[in-house]
Amino acid sequence: MAENKEKGEKGTNREEKEEPRIGVYVCHCGINIAGVVDVKDVAEYASKLKNVVVSRDYKYMCSDPGQQLIKDDIKEHKLNRIVVAACSPRMHEPTFRRALEEAGLNPFLFEQANIREHDSWVHMKQPKEATEKAKDLTRMAVARARRLEPQQKPKVKVEKAALVIGGGVAGIQSALDLADMGFKVYLVEKTPSLGGKMAQLDKTFPTMDCSACILTPKMVDAARHENIEIITYAEVEEVDGYIGNFKVKIRKRAKQVLEDKCTGCGLCAEACPVEVPNEFDQGLGVRKAIYVPFPQAVPLVYTIDDEACLGCGMCEAVCGPEAIDYDQKDEILELEVGTIIVATGFDQFDATRKPEYGYGRYENVITGLEFERLVNASGPTGGKLLRPSDGKEPHRIGFILCVGSRDAKVGNPYCSRVCCMYSIKNARLYKEKHPEAEVYIFYMDIRAYGKGYEEFYRQAQEEYGIKFIRGRPGEIVEDPKTKNLLVRVEDTLLGLPLEVELDLVVLAAGMEPARDSDKVQRLLRLSRSADGFFSEAHPKLRPVDTLTDGIYLAGTCQGPKDIPDTVAQASAAAARAAIPMAQGEVETEPIVAFVRKELCIGCRICERTCDFGVITMVDRKAQVNEAICKGCGACAAACPTGAMQIRHFTDEQIYAMIEAALHDETVEGGREEVKTEA
Amino acid sequence: MAEFEPKIVAFMCNWCSYAGGDLAGTSRLQYPPNARIIRLMCTARLDPAFVLKAFAEGADGVLVAGCHIGDCHYVSGNLKAEKRVEMLKKLLPELGIEPERLMLRWISAAEGERFANTMKEFIARIKKLGPSPLSASAGV
Repeated sequence: MAENKEKGEKGTNREEKEEPRIGVYVCHCGINIAGVVDVKDVAEYASKLKNVVVSRDYKYMCSDPGQQLIKDDIKEHKLNRIVVAACSPRMHEPTFRRALEEAGLNPFLFEQANIREHDSWVHMKQPKEATEKAKDLTRMAVARARRLEPQQKPKVKVEKAALVIGGGVAGIQSALDLADMGFKVYLVEKTPSLGGKMAQLDKTFPTMDCSACILTPKMVDAARHENIEIITYAEVEEVDGYIGNFKVKIRKRAKQVLEDKCTGCGLCAEACPVEVPNEFDQGLGVRKAIYVPFPQAVPLVYTIDDEACLGCGMCEAVCGPEAIDYDQKDEILELEVGTIIVATGFDQFDATRKPEYGYGRYENVITGLEFERLVNASGPTGGKLLRPSDGKEPHRIGFILCVGSRDAKVGNPYCSRVCCMYSIKNARLYKEKHPEAEVYIFYMDIRAYGKGYEEFYRQAQEEYGIKFIRGRPGEIVEDPKTKNLLVRVEDTLLGLPLEVELDLVVLAAGMEPARDSDKVQRLLRLSRSADGFFSEAHPKLRPVDTLTDGIYLAGTCQGPKDIPDTVAQASAAAARAAIPMAQGEVETEPIVAFVRKELCIGCRICERTCDFGVITMVDRKAQVNEAICKGCGACAAACPTGAMQIRHFTDEQIYAMIEAALHDETVEGGREEVKTEA
Repeated sequence: MAEFEPKIVAFMCNWCSYAGGDLAGTSRLQYPPNARIIRLMCTARLDPAFVLKAFAEGADGVLVAGCHIGDCHYVSGNLKAEKRVEMLKKLLPELGIEPERLMLRWISAAEGERFANTMKEFIARIKKLGPSPLSASAGV
């Protein structure tokens, strides 16, 4: 620890009202920093920097006593700026800002030097250089701290309504929870019905509940809930604003059927002469041009598929309640919501990207989701699994795991987490009905990690006689006459190549980010992790938040997960979204543009640079609408006179850091070097 | 004589590249310690004058890193940074500075490895180029 006597230098910055009195705190972070960086040396060095009144090192600055140290010093030494050299500000900036606030100092008079993530952890074998870097980073932080100004966090009212995007089980669960808490919920779904992928499944592991039986009551609950407004066949087109006040535009596509008149009787579909492949059955069955995706659809309202419809008028002719309206147009709904939950789900891996398995070329190679539809009582075959090539019941079935998962070749190194279990479940389902059948599972590892999953897997081996072969098949060859399939695989337990002849092969195609993730990402300014799924704000401590305040993630849009995990996360997202809505108001970042009027020459470059329409000209001077400014700084960078600035990121603050980065110490206003002892 | 250790100033956006640097840290990916990072909310804030200032103060290289195109937290801030860097690359030779001393890279919050590799690559490049003509370490 080193303490300086008061430094009597006069402030050279004319804008500062009081001389900066800076406290510097160098954190050991246990040995995370101190194991590499000589923290005492850094603190000693910092004590010699201009305006630094107190400089200390401490084991854990983020701990209670660490924070107390700062608070006490603020009072005792009348500190008015604080610098902490520790972890990333993305980690603990809020912690220290709060400490400042508790000591009566404006929280924006704080600057953090990142000497852990950007230093001690990445230069572990260069302690000398890491210590020098820590000094530099601390000096830069001090240089910026001198120029910091207090900022007020504007408070905004939070609309007590939420938007939930995606009507699968995640979206339904989030919507129900929020609605039960008393918040208005808009539940937007792209297809004509709620249900998502879960509605397509037959049974669910490991309990073997019928998927529809446990899902449809929830769909009905959502439809009946007085606080939930379901908007189906609709997509979000625009999202503007910020936490508390998102303005959302939704395109509700024309169903050409009046929702309040349709009784769901289905006479129209019976009359319709057009048949097209049904997406809900993965294209295996057919539906009409006027349709509901499946019998338990919510809302039970028919939709005319505009592309397939011939306009023959048959449906209109039979519709008793006169619900058909060919002239219906898309509707644009404008909503105001306080929070948004993203529950846009996943898409199944396109198995044609594994050409060695012949999906799309061999009729009897199907995907897991196709299997679900083929064994489902409401599916295209009435629940009888029949070979696509000849309509016969298969006797020998093989399930291949990790198709499009754990496969760097197709760019998906991650595990899809559900394929082991759903394949075992499907194998068991078939064995239950056909005990004489030969059922194989080709696997790399079996990941039966959940509650009751390992037991379920053991039973499949021991009681059902399903044969598990450890090996990733190299290829599948079809016998052109019988359409049987020869699977070539190395049994890696026996170390022997095998050839297994099968009647049907089911590919456990994994989960991929939903195909329209790009669009959703752009609409909501989300970030994505390396696997392409949306990223959470922190993998452990903020698993359902996003980096955009007021926007939360639920379900498989964040990463592959099974139904229990999806539902748990959906409830978590609802609970998180409820916090600002329950509080009624939130503080927002004050990092927005402002104008130094005396410097503005009215050139309007900033106005043209801004993509958000924030800047207008008043009396030939730029004026900023702070409520809608996002603080990106494009205008400030473009301004030729320095009139346009960003709060907390002013030119002076940044210049001070540049100078400090390259010079051991700079004196403001001049380029004179100040000697410091290292 | 000791090996030339370039001084590098890096401007990084808060949402992607700075966070990518944090991830490189949590993943303990090792890279040379020459860069000093200045965090901006968005690379759109990068006034071309900041880059010139860095060179004028003796930086041997300037690295600018932001979100991948399409991933910008502010929709199009990185496109603006891209234009400004292009402009600077034309301007720098007029000042006697090789344009290779300025690099723009897109690094997402998930790309810790890309962050570390970028650092290695850029530092190696500047070492090869030697001290900047304006740098104090050139003995000016």
